[in-house]
Amino acid sequence: MTNEKNNHLKSVALKVREHIISMSVGGGCFIGASLSCVELMVYLYAEFLQIDKNNLSDPERDYLFLSKGHDVPALYGTLAELGFIDNKRLENHLKTNDSVYWHPNRSIPGVEFHAGSLGHLPAVAAGVAYDCKIKNQQNRIVVITGDGELNEGSVWEALLVANAYGLNNLTIIVDRNQFQANIRTEDLIPLEPLADKFEAFGCHVTRIDGHDFDAIEKALKSLPYSNHKINVVIADTVRGKGLPSIEARADRWFCAFTPAEGQQLQNELHTNIKAEIKSETLIVR
Amino acid sequence: MTYEELLIKTAQDNERIIVMTAENRALVRNVSKTLGNRFIDTGITEQTMIGMAAGLALRGRIPIVHALAPFLTMRAFEFIRTDVGIANLPVKLSGYIPGFLSDGNGPTHQAIEDIALMRGIPGMEVFAPADENDLVKMLPAIWQSTAPSYVRINHKPTSFKHQPFEMGKAEIIAKGADVTILVYGFLFEEALKAQEILEEKGIATGLINMRSLQPIDESIVISSAINSKMMVTLEDHFVTGGLYSIVAETLLKNRITADVQPIALNNQWFKPALLNDVLSFEGFTAEKIVEKIETKFHENLKRTYA
Repeated sequence: MTNEKNNHLKSVALKVREHIISMSVGGGCFIGASLSCVELMVYLYAEFLQIDKNNLSDPERDYLFLSKGHDVPALYGTLAELGFIDNKRLENHLKTNDSVYWHPNRSIPGVEFHAGSLGHLPAVAAGVAYDCKIKNQQNRIVVITGDGELNEGSVWEALLVANAYGLNNLTIIVDRNQFQANIRTEDLIPLEPLADKFEAFGCHVTRIDGHDFDAIEKALKSLPYSNHKINVVIADTVRGKGLPSIEARADRWFCAFTPAEGQQLQNELHTNIKAEIKSETLIVR
Repeated sequence: MTYEELLIKTAQDNERIIVMTAENRALVRNVSKTLGNRFIDTGITEQTMIGMAAGLALRGRIPIVHALAPFLTMRAFEFIRTDVGIANLPVKLSGYIPGFLSDGNGPTHQAIEDIALMRGIPGMEVFAPADENDLVKMLPAIWQSTAPSYVRINHKPTSFKHQPFEMGKAEIIAKGADVTILVYGFLFEEALKAQEILEEKGIATGLINMRSLQPIDESIVISSAINSKMMVTLEDHFVTGGLYSIVAETLLKNRITADVQPIALNNQWFKPALLNDVLSFEGFTAEKIVEKIETKFHENLKRTYA
């Protein structure tokens, strides 16, 4: 990747993070999981997915399914920065005059399917991948899952079936940010060795730094990895990436900041001067 | 025509149809030969089958999916509600061996809350044909509808020839000024015999084959309440959430009071045994139905003239 392209993608990612911080003020959002998948989302939409924003129902398009729906602020921000939706629409976050809420839904142009309940979209995506396959179409179907989401048996069930039908047009990207809600995955339901698990289910696995655009490009450019296996990209990421004051902290999961804190966080994003956060966080365990 | 013959013919005429099963091939043994890759067996994975069906529907397909009724409606319930229901996708659910038809399998296999669950999903259409003849008369309209649907599959051959099916309409078999029996599905046959016996005993008895539980034929429910002294809802389903509940909701909504007697499973699993023995043990044979209706009817008469 050229420096110019890398810098451009970084500048888009920075804008997306600004949007995410904005959405964490007031009603709040799942800021940590949104910040961890920004580079993935930006690269997918800016460089990888063949989706014409003026022809969103093109049957030849690529598909992105956001299975860990609570990181949708990263998707909203990306869709806004790339012109799928108007930037102004993000101001409607959690307002009744629009449908910009904590989980994705199809009234947002570019969102292929609603999510929120974890472990659903691998199966939905497998259905789409199957149809593309039997029509001999070249669409690429990408699913982003969380790592905590992999607790759901339905993810593995869908992999069994997708493997049986050789769906190599299906790619699962795991946002491996090491946390589920307010706890480390490895302290609750350990996932490692994760690549081995996917391989045992018939997947071809690659593991990358999910914040490195070069690594993301390398992983996605070589798809499909084989002529019959499901592709899996385990993207190692940091929850809360970009804001050192909340990075990799178990308590910074769902956050609703005050406007002043939001301003400090915007400042932190650009200057690395740590924000002083006093708002209590939602702790579910 | 059998269910499978109709399914194959319909799928041959319409490229959009995909036939799926969660390794329950009783109804679809010969489909793969004719449909090739438009037949998908996902193995014992009701959730994945439904998720995939939603994905296929997003691509413009009409998936007709098969599994045992309890695992389809309960194991995969949240997938049906969330992936099919919220998106209102034309996924057609065929639930095999519902209600008493699971005979000796035991409570794990007893789909006797399926109507309650499926009709609780906004936009879902819910049907229960009386027999094979009824089933094949109903299916073309069900599969043509753009709504998601659940069919309580009953493909038992009988000699009864049903009237043509109209969406949301019940089938009036007989009208009766004393009693009207409202029934759906497999118990239709017993209800038909019961109706004849009651008539012979001098109790003017009507019989309605409900066919569609959602949407419900409100006008039939209302006219039965108005035109007969007593209504009976007969179903191999828990008394909660099925036809008795539907009738209660319909009458209350229309501010009509009526004497409605449920013959249903009183919130308990039924005794696992061969089908005829189940009917007899649980009191759902024509004779037992007659006994229950006759007793209640005469009690009511006494009360009226007391």
